[in-house]
Amino acid sequence: MRKVIAVLLLGIFGYYIFALFVNVPFGVRHDNVGQHYLEHSVQETGAVNIVTAIVVSHRGFDTLGEVTVLFLAATGLGAILYDKKGKKRRLQNASLIVKVASKLIYPLIILLGAYVFVHGHLTPGGGFQGGAIIATGVLLMFISYRRFETNHNALSWVESLAGMTFVTIGLAGLIWGTSFLQNILPLGTPNTLLSAGVIPLIYIAVGFKVGAELTALLDNMLKTIK
Amino acid sequence: MIYYAASILLILIGMYAVLVKKNIIKIVIGLSIIDSGVHLLFIAIGYVKDATAPIYSRPGLEAGQMVDPVPQALVLTAIVIGLAVTAVALSLVIRLYDHHKTLNINRIRKLKW
Repeated sequence: MRKVIAVLLLGIFGYYIFALFVNVPFGVRHDNVGQHYLEHSVQETGAVNIVTAIVVSHRGFDTLGEVTVLFLAATGLGAILYDKKGKKRRLQNASLIVKVASKLIYPLIILLGAYVFVHGHLTPGGGFQGGAIIATGVLLMFISYRRFETNHNALSWVESLAGMTFVTIGLAGLIWGTSFLQNILPLGTPNTLLSAGVIPLIYIAVGFKVGAELTALLDNMLKTIK
Repeated sequence: MIYYAASILLILIGMYAVLVKKNIIKIVIGLSIIDSGVHLLFIAIGYVKDATAPIYSRPGLEAGQMVDPVPQALVLTAIVIGLAVTAVALSLVIRLYDHHKTLNINRIRKLKW
C-alpha cells in the first residue's frame, strides 16, 4: 500500500519537474553569465581552467562558506562519534600482497593528490579533488595496516592553518586591494604553473584542509567498527 | 532531452528509496542517489552540443567551443556539500545502531511515518 502511494506521489512529482525542464532547450548555448566568464575570465583572473576561476575567484566567498560547511561536518561527526575511552580500529590486517602493494602505492597517491591541487588552475581538478585523493590514499593504509595511526593533533593543526591561510589571503585582498578575496598578486602568463595570482595559493590551502579533514573523518568512522 | 529524463528518473529512484525502504543505510544511499541525479541535471543544462570542457588547455580554443562553466562550478560545490551531508548522516546511523541494535526504522520507536 505504501509503495503504491509512494509511486503515485513520485509519478506526479516527476511529471511536473519534467514538464518544467522540457521548456529548457537541451544542448544549445544559453545566453547567460557563463558566456561572460568564458570570454573574459582568462584576462581577469589568469586561470585557464574557467571552472576554477569561477569557484575560487568570482565565487570565492561561496567557496569559503563551502569549506566552512565541510569543517562543520567534520567537527559534528567527531562530536557525534566521540567516545570517552580512546578507541582503536579493530580491522584485521590485510593479506601480504595488499600490504606490500599499498605501501608502494601510498606515496604515489599522495603525490597525485598534490599534483591535482597544485595544478588546479591549469587542469581539471583542484583543492577539493586533490584533498579527496589524498584521503583515499590514507584510507588504503588504514584498511591494510591495523596499526597505521594518524596524528590527530597534527591533522587539526594543518586544518586550522590552511583555513586561516584562506581567510588571510582574503583579508590581504581587503587591505591592499578593494574587496575581500581580491587578487593582489601579478597574474603572470596564462597556462604556466606560476600564474593566476592567489588562485593556486587558495587551492593549495583548500587541498591541505580537505585532505586533513577527510582523513580525520575516515579515522573517526573506522574507529567505531566493532 | 533524454539526459533530463534520466537524471529526473535518478532523483525519483532516490526518493523512492527514501520513502519506502526500511533500512536506514538504504535511506542514506537514496539521499546520495538524489544528489547524483541533481548533479547530472545541472550538468545536462550546461551541456552544449560538440563542445569541450571549459579549459583553455591548447591554443586555438575559443569561448564558442566550450560548455557552460557555471553549472559545473555549482556542482563542484554541491558534491562537497553532499559528501558532508552523507558523512554526518552515516555517523548518526552509527549512533542509532549503537543505541537500538537495529537498522530497521520500524523497530526504532518514534521514527515511524
